[in-house]
Amino acid sequence: MTERPYVEVKDLRRVFDVSKPWLNRVLEGGEKQYLKAVDGVSFNIAKGETFALVGESGSGKSTVARMVVGLLPPTSGEVMIDGISMSSQAASSERQRLRRRIQMIFQDPYASLNPRWSVDRIVAEPIRAFRLIEDEKDINARVGELLSFVGLHPADGKKYPHEFSGGQRQRVAIARALASDAEFIVCDEPTSALDVSVQAQILNLMRDLQDRLGLTYLFISHNLAVVRHMASRIGVMYLGRIVEISEGRELFTHPKHPYTRMLLDAVPDVGMTGRQRIPVSGEIPNPISPPSGCTFNPRCPLANERCIEQAPPLLGGVACHAVHEGRTTTHAAA
Amino acid sequence: MSVLHPVLSVRDLRVEFVTRRGILKAIDGISFDIAKGEVLGVVGESGAGKSVTGSAVIGLIDPPGRIAGGEIHLSGMRIDNLPPEEMRRVRGKRIGMIFQDPLTSLNPLYRVSEQLIETIRTHTNLSASAARKRAIDLLAEVGIPAPDKRIDSYPHEFSGGMRQRVVIALALCAEPELIIADEPTTALDVSVQAQIISLLKRLGREHGTAIMLVTHDMGVIAETADRVAVMYAGRIAEIGPVRDVVQNPLHPYAKGLMGAIPSLENDSSERLVQIPGSMPRLSAIPPGCPFNPRCPNVFDRCRVERPDPIQHSEHRVACHLYDQSPVRSEAVA
Amino acid sequence: MAEAIQTAPTTPSEPASWVGRFLDSDVWASFKRSKLTIAAAFLTVLFMAAAVLAGVLAPQDPFDPAQLDLLNSRLPPIWNAEGMAPFLLGSDEQGRDIFSAILYGLRISLAVGILGVAFSATLGIALGLIAGYVGGTVDAVIMRIADVQLTFPAILIALLVDGVVKSVLGGQLDAGTTLSVLVFSIGLSFWVQYARTVRGSVMVEKNKDYIAAARLIGLPAPVIMFRHVLPNVLGPVLVIATINLALAIITEATLSFLGTGMPETMPSLGTLIRIGNNYLFSGEWWIVAFPGIALALLVLSINLLGDWLRDALNPRLR
Repeated sequence: MTERPYVEVKDLRRVFDVSKPWLNRVLEGGEKQYLKAVDGVSFNIAKGETFALVGESGSGKSTVARMVVGLLPPTSGEVMIDGISMSSQAASSERQRLRRRIQMIFQDPYASLNPRWSVDRIVAEPIRAFRLIEDEKDINARVGELLSFVGLHPADGKKYPHEFSGGQRQRVAIARALASDAEFIVCDEPTSALDVSVQAQILNLMRDLQDRLGLTYLFISHNLAVVRHMASRIGVMYLGRIVEISEGRELFTHPKHPYTRMLLDAVPDVGMTGRQRIPVSGEIPNPISPPSGCTFNPRCPLANERCIEQAPPLLGGVACHAVHEGRTTTHAAA
Repeated sequence: MSVLHPVLSVRDLRVEFVTRRGILKAIDGISFDIAKGEVLGVVGESGAGKSVTGSAVIGLIDPPGRIAGGEIHLSGMRIDNLPPEEMRRVRGKRIGMIFQDPLTSLNPLYRVSEQLIETIRTHTNLSASAARKRAIDLLAEVGIPAPDKRIDSYPHEFSGGMRQRVVIALALCAEPELIIADEPTTALDVSVQAQIISLLKRLGREHGTAIMLVTHDMGVIAETADRVAVMYAGRIAEIGPVRDVVQNPLHPYAKGLMGAIPSLENDSSERLVQIPGSMPRLSAIPPGCPFNPRCPNVFDRCRVERPDPIQHSEHRVACHLYDQSPVRSEAVA
Repeated sequence: MAEAIQTAPTTPSEPASWVGRFLDSDVWASFKRSKLTIAAAFLTVLFMAAAVLAGVLAPQDPFDPAQLDLLNSRLPPIWNAEGMAPFLLGSDEQGRDIFSAILYGLRISLAVGILGVAFSATLGIALGLIAGYVGGTVDAVIMRIADVQLTFPAILIALLVDGVVKSVLGGQLDAGTTLSVLVFSIGLSFWVQYARTVRGSVMVEKNKDYIAAARLIGLPAPVIMFRHVLPNVLGPVLVIATINLALAIITEATLSFLGTGMPETMPSLGTLIRIGNNYLFSGEWWIVAFPGIALALLVLSINLLGDWLRDALNPRLR
């Protein structure tokens, strides 16, 4: 019997209606417009693993995150966690139990904590909502324990979010995510609003917690270096699709997809190692009217007729006709 | 004569904010120079005072903030005490500005051509048609394709990266001696950021413009700057050639900062260096060295005496660890 | 247990109490700075206290016909040669002491104002929360009703309600019913502003991640609305409520002046002004002047408070 992956995402799609209001369409004669934010994304995450989705703005990575935790219903496709489907067919009691095990850490720690609530109350909310502990005194003890677990003082619970720095707030958000004994945490750009030295604290904390509690992470980020540091497997997204998916080390040492290579070349060289790089060209097209075929074709040095006509399937971890056909050496030779 | 002067020279600059809880020292005695054609990176975390430094140089400190001391010289001319009207002229003509959000620098109601031509004609005595030609040349120079057609577009018709290019063209209009770029790439995607960085670098070199690049991103500094000033709590912790500071930082804060950055080369099994705590609020800057509560090398002197910048090979570093002078009689017994 | 995780030093300062936090807040600081606001607050509190303590302070109960003596009618204020104690500010044609009538009238005006504001705020907040949080058709229906409502002036709605109630209940209404009608009509005419403001704030707040975090743990929508969204949208509501209190008092006075408000047997400030208006040209100015001054001062000070509150809570508002 083969081991079932802890998280299975199958052919997830999400279309947003971005049309103008009905009256404007009638008067101005516009068409209905749709935005394919996520267009057939599939991946698995093993228990205790960190899987990362990396991409630039408009790649749909955050939309995937929201669908995986159930904040946003998918247009089609399915998310299974520990063999239970997140879609509405499943019995609601079963989903409520599943919900307790999935939590999320958000990008902006200034917006993810209710400004009118004390930290104690914020961290205790999941405990109360899932009725994990009934006795008030025990809840308080548990909240104090959670706060010290993420590196805060239990007495900090009496304070309000605005009394904390960004990094400390993100610690509170992590404590809240842990409060329901979650096993799977979706982290949507958890450190992109933080300073580097604080980012290092939070990333280290997240890894310590993973080691200790066996957490599974879905890590969303635009920062390749952060992703490299955190994830064992990585999916690179471009305009709603995964263009390459591979083991972390492999992706950084032997990137296959032309977009992945370009992205790696674009990252500033902090170490000043003087590595060889190819200059980046072009910008991300408007996702409402993406290019035909492979959406990367207008910026791709390897594009040919087929790339303009036909979207490449994800085969062997890469969605690129050129790689499939073995045309990868073209620009290296040039 | 002006050859002797650096383009920008800042001496012992102090900026304060008066609040009802007291006076907050946002900038507390910083000094640095930028030479012709040089890119000085000013790096620091939020609250370090790097943006305030930029605003002070261009004379845009609004009340309740005020310049409380020090001098700022532009090519030998003192500019921190100019009357507002004169400073406004200096700002448009001799100092160019690039901000994080291109939309704050561009008026959405006017075509790009109108904004460029107006700026050019304010600061030069070119005719309208000559100014337009110069505007098109500038757009071409910053890498906007088909500039003769795109010049009549409105700002919202450009993508984010192209808009930032327009802002750079606008900053270049009057051939300024100094450009202050405050987080110019922060709002952009990685792939676009790389393009803007290389553009800035090339323009600085070709025009001999001095550039003060303010950013929180060490990667951008490493790519672009010749020298870098690392700021902490309103002071310069360390300043020196970028390669030296990046590869061999002296100040414990700079060391921590460099170690905290995850890198593409490092393997994921390594732990990041972490500096405990966070930047102090302006209302609670510790006495002595402001970094002392977070410093791994702290000793008694750091808690009472403020370190002055010390020349150490090519760097200047404000840290007692590097003080070779005979120990003065100290209050701590 | 947290040995591997380096503790972030957090400020060890003792969290301040509720009062301590308030005294340290920017709102309190801006209050202390503005002398005009302090004066307005003092006057408002004074008026409220006078209204509450009317029974103790007033030399006479103006609502009790047994205490009125026609012999004492139309007396000028006490500093006048013909004035007499205890008629401090003179008396009206029924021998009612103006000072007492003002105190009792204040009580009625404030009661109608506060109840009217409470009613309209409750209605407006509830509808605004639902419209903003649920969105879609529900939102469209509520907001179109609000748009239609906004085309009728408040006075017109009040007159309409008054007319309908009178025709249903028939003829003259007793004072208690009139008061309810006033509260109801004022409430109906003012809810739109609350609903619009709350809806706008809700649409901003509901997209913030703390709401997403609450949804993640499976809280039902009404719980999220009341526990999370509501406390975060109340700031602007407080400002509107204060300014509307002044408006409601004026509306009540207008209605009473027009004769559809409080009856002469139980006069509010507006009714007193209407009564006094009849005697203005016969030289008995005090019957209209003193209630008028009281009304103007009350409305002015509440308005000043509202203005200050708006600036103090949100400098960007407006």
